[in-house]
Amino acid sequence: MSKTVELKQGQNELFTDPDADKAREFFRHKSRAMVNKVTTVEEAVKTMVKDGDYITIGGFGANRIPTAVLHEIVRQGKKNLGFAGHTATHDFQILVGGKCIDRLDVAYIIGLEARGLSPHARRAVESGKIKLTEWTNATLSWRIKAAAMGLSFLPARNIMGTDTFKYSAAREILCPFTGQKYVAHPALYPDFAAIHVHECDVYGNAHVYGASVSDQDLAKAAKRVVLTTERIISNDKIRQHPEETFIPFWCVDAVVEVPYGSYPGNMPYEYFSDEEYLKQWLNLEKDPEEFKKFFKKQIIDTKNFYEYLNLNGGIERMIKLRAIEHLTDKK
Amino acid sequence: MADYNPMELMICVAARNLEDGATVVVGTGAPCAAAMLAQKTHSPNLTVMFEAGGVAPILPAMPISVGDSRTFHRAIMASSMPEIMETCQRGMVDYTFLGGAQIDMYGNINSTMIGDDHAKPKVRFPGSGGANDLASLCWRTMMMTPQDAKRFTEKINFITSPGYLTGGNSRYEAGLPKGTGPYRIITNMAIMGFEEESKRMKVLNVNPGYTRKDIQENCGFELLWADKITDTDPPHADELRILRDEVDPQRYIIGR
Repeated sequence: MSKTVELKQGQNELFTDPDADKAREFFRHKSRAMVNKVTTVEEAVKTMVKDGDYITIGGFGANRIPTAVLHEIVRQGKKNLGFAGHTATHDFQILVGGKCIDRLDVAYIIGLEARGLSPHARRAVESGKIKLTEWTNATLSWRIKAAAMGLSFLPARNIMGTDTFKYSAAREILCPFTGQKYVAHPALYPDFAAIHVHECDVYGNAHVYGASVSDQDLAKAAKRVVLTTERIISNDKIRQHPEETFIPFWCVDAVVEVPYGSYPGNMPYEYFSDEEYLKQWLNLEKDPEEFKKFFKKQIIDTKNFYEYLNLNGGIERMIKLRAIEHLTDKK
Repeated sequence: MADYNPMELMICVAARNLEDGATVVVGTGAPCAAAMLAQKTHSPNLTVMFEAGGVAPILPAMPISVGDSRTFHRAIMASSMPEIMETCQRGMVDYTFLGGAQIDMYGNINSTMIGDDHAKPKVRFPGSGGANDLASLCWRTMMMTPQDAKRFTEKINFITSPGYLTGGNSRYEAGLPKGTGPYRIITNMAIMGFEEESKRMKVLNVNPGYTRKDIQENCGFELLWADKITDTDPPHADELRILRDEVDPQRYIIGR
């Protein structure tokens, strides 16, 4: 290879430090104790999220999301958060509604997939008040994987030659073995991650069923991790099927039992997303004043997630969503 | 002649391009319908994947999200996003479908923004999601889209997902895997491919009811034309029946 190759780099800001040694220094002091970590959502958010932190949310927008934690972040008025928009849909609607975010790694934002675009999130992003760096879904997965591996970057073969690369913070490199050009994606070590799981024990050993998105890597990459769980199970049940342990206790700092905790999102094998509610939310966003009232009533003025569930049909509604998930809603 | 709408035509044409035994990553909507139609007609062994991790589901209904539980209903695998994207990067995924607000003559696609200031866009769209990854890493990228001169434009505002970049060999010189790239652009008016050397968009088939003039007038750049242009084979009665009765009985995608 005699031809010189120009190596380019993305021009936008890298919001998190990819340094693997600094991460090791942090993880050196992270507790390995297998102790009871059960707490409340209020307490977890109070002690684990501070203004200015970079946060990540497990699941996939409106699938298996830790809604109770998102609401609590809004209710406690957390500000200037960095956020990974890794197919962020309803989670993003909540955080933008609460004006919590000031910088954003974008893969997918402001849309709700087949449901359409979020007018409020769109206004917020178009205002120019949130700093954006562009990435992609695979890139954010690999940035989180690089951190989970304890590295500072991972090479990949996507995004080169595009404006997505130009407005990212990635860099091109050459493979030391083949000379092939790759893009180096910087490791993403978030300050905080919230992940909703199907079941876990009081120590944070967790089971997740269905598509896992990036959550196994996310639990390892983040410095502080809270699990909300549909139900707490015994440690015996974990030990009966050790091959099913999706997240081990040493990744987890706090555990909160939140049944229906992904509502209005989908929880695989448990309940489907509340499409009527999500549609209503999208429609109300068209009018900023109406949306403000709705958001206040739904999130800011509710005491906790259970009050929110009751406001939206309570257990009767949840049973309907369970029937939709189990395909037993129609005769 | 069977009566059909442009969406039904595009889905039928797309489905015919998915051969038995191939792999395809799809999103919600028309691409998912095309894959389901292919499975129920000529490609029973088409493996359908969703970027959040679902592999080869038996779809009980149209997914609303590429990560919802329908995307792994009775599936072969409920895996992860890295698993799907790494399968693409390893060269095991044959097809994908993309959408977007703008496309240029090299098949580059914009789904990020309109305007000239990235920090303060005139109109913001969701961004890449998995689109850039799939366009970079799958062998053949297809697009189903209505055609007009605003959408098919000389210069797109933002290259979210790579086509052939500036044509010729530029895609591979940029570092993207060799042999990958846009394959078919299926519109309400025509079916396009890409010219071998220049990598410019080239009309292959004209859809029933449209002329060459319509197709060029509804495109903001100069199209190339295949030596032998043939008429698009319209949807067959059995394709339409399966599409309407089995694939999308609620008519979410094909409309009423």
